[in-house]
Amino acid sequence: MKVDLSWIDYLIMIIYFLFVLGIGWFLKKFMKNANAFLEAGRSMPAWVAGLAFISTNLGALEVMGMTGSGMKYGMLTTHFYWIGAIPAMIFLALFMMPFYYGSKARSVPEFLKLRYDEKTRGLNAILFAVMTVLASGISMYALAILMENVLGWNFNLSLWISALIVLGYTYLGGLSSAIYNEVLQFFIIVIGLLPLVFLALKDVGGWIGLKAQLAPIAQAKGFAPDAFTTTWKYAGEAGSNPLGVEWFGILFGLGFVLSFGYWCTNFLIVQRAFAAESKAAARKVPLIGALPKMFIPFLIIVPGIIALALFNDPSIDFKTNFPLDAGGKPIYDYTIIMLLKQYLPTGVLGLGITALLASFMSGMAGNVSAFNTVWTYDIYQSYIRRRTNNEEADGKHYLKVGRIATVFGILLSIGAAYIASKFGNIMDFLQTIFSLINAPLFAVIFLGMFWKRTTGHAAFTGLLAGFLLALMHHGLTIPAGATTLVKGGWIAVLHTYPVEMAQNFWTAIIAFTVSTSVTVGLTFVTKQKKSDEELHGLVYSLTPRELDDSHLPWYERPVGLAILVGVICLVLTIMFW
Amino acid sequence: MVDIRIPIGLMFTIIGILISVFGFVTMSNTGMYQKSLGINVNIIMGVLMLVFGLIMLYFARKKKKA
Repeated sequence: MKVDLSWIDYLIMIIYFLFVLGIGWFLKKFMKNANAFLEAGRSMPAWVAGLAFISTNLGALEVMGMTGSGMKYGMLTTHFYWIGAIPAMIFLALFMMPFYYGSKARSVPEFLKLRYDEKTRGLNAILFAVMTVLASGISMYALAILMENVLGWNFNLSLWISALIVLGYTYLGGLSSAIYNEVLQFFIIVIGLLPLVFLALKDVGGWIGLKAQLAPIAQAKGFAPDAFTTTWKYAGEAGSNPLGVEWFGILFGLGFVLSFGYWCTNFLIVQRAFAAESKAAARKVPLIGALPKMFIPFLIIVPGIIALALFNDPSIDFKTNFPLDAGGKPIYDYTIIMLLKQYLPTGVLGLGITALLASFMSGMAGNVSAFNTVWTYDIYQSYIRRRTNNEEADGKHYLKVGRIATVFGILLSIGAAYIASKFGNIMDFLQTIFSLINAPLFAVIFLGMFWKRTTGHAAFTGLLAGFLLALMHHGLTIPAGATTLVKGGWIAVLHTYPVEMAQNFWTAIIAFTVSTSVTVGLTFVTKQKKSDEELHGLVYSLTPRELDDSHLPWYERPVGLAILVGVICLVLTIMFW
Repeated sequence: MVDIRIPIGLMFTIIGILISVFGFVTMSNTGMYQKSLGINVNIIMGVLMLVFGLIMLYFARKKKKA
């Protein structure tokens, strides 16, 4: 199953490496203090931050995982986009960004400190730091193993080289370098994967041909003939669609709890909007990101669906080459690279592999630049060495700390990559972590922004309770057919879900519900220690209305952009209902 | 600080030229393009990237002048 790369494929990769490192090198001279290094000096134009916003999300796990999910669940995978991302991005832009950006907080944990108290910040900062290291380790491992098995690259070598390149440009140019490179990487990912979509679609006879080929496959699995090419049509019952989750789980679990938790509170994503040059620009960032986000399913999910058709076509050797697990099922993470191998000749193949590397780097740099900020501002500055009166010396000192944190963050990720080797479907596992950390966090931040009474004690307890109960739920339930304790049931098995996805959605729903109820309940019995003045700019009811922007054309206004995004998303949903 | 369109434009121009030239050189190699259904995707993608790179550079230059 090995595929040989030629000199030109490697040359393309090398040119790409030189450019990403070159951008870091060029930005080095601007990195004079911690503010420039960790916050990009809050100077990014909306379109740059917007593309970086979406590029960070388009990491290796997303590309590999979503193509694999396309092969596994078909068009239902688009739920992770049209219902599981866009509404949350619109909400973030319109309702949350004004408070995040206006608060002058440099990170999400710092926002918690301003709105609530030190302990809430500390809890979130530590959980977040662990999560980012884990996530970048998992993606590093996943990509290195893929490259080893398909391209014959040495596992240790590709792991270290890719990590060191990311280290190179983030160490030199900090968040600015990460953001600029993410914009470049965004274009490389899209252009590099573009030929794949066209060739694969042409090969199966277009969308119509694909539908026809998938009908017998769907029926053989006990679904309706069009189950793999529709989204909501069979969502009435969990058993009648390949995802195995019914409309309520999709709508509330994915579309609300998981999605709002991820997009509205995950610092590695919202950090890009924090770096925008003004509050108006910061509000536009998620919306500018949402425009390409809506079309990414066509780039990565549709090829995955085509892979399902190819896998069941006995006249070609796609299946015989596809890596299978012990149970004879395809290892879905390989879908994207098997497709690249199937359709791309030397030349564009190098471009496709470069696109995979670029997606890995954009995700990893996102993790690293979020990690070093949280470490420096929320852990080091709060608990190890506080700010002094000398602002200039502080700026230099924290710049050094930020740089050292960058090195350690990457070393820890490499360590995590070696540990991560024992986990199966990485996307599902990552979902589990997100649901444990982000869902309670969203509950607490949401209550904090829109209910001025919410207290610090309540928020802290709510965060902790949501996290622990979600963990317990995961320990008490398993998905059908699970063989390892990683999938759940490590305390006892009280309930069995038909699929892992359903278990994840319900873990998130429980985390959110527990967190909300505990926070609301305790708020009534604890005392608000923050005065109205302190909460100015942090809470909806205590913040003056936005400046009037009605003189701008509609596409320059956040609301105008939000309506455009919403309408396109609705049209796509109806087209592929 | 820096106009990101310049490095993006430069990179796509260079890779675009590289891939399209490679596409022209390998035009007669039908075996190689069997994978891509007989289409010389190198020429198509190379030219596409070149055009994209030049557009980026054009806009970066236009802004600098203004």
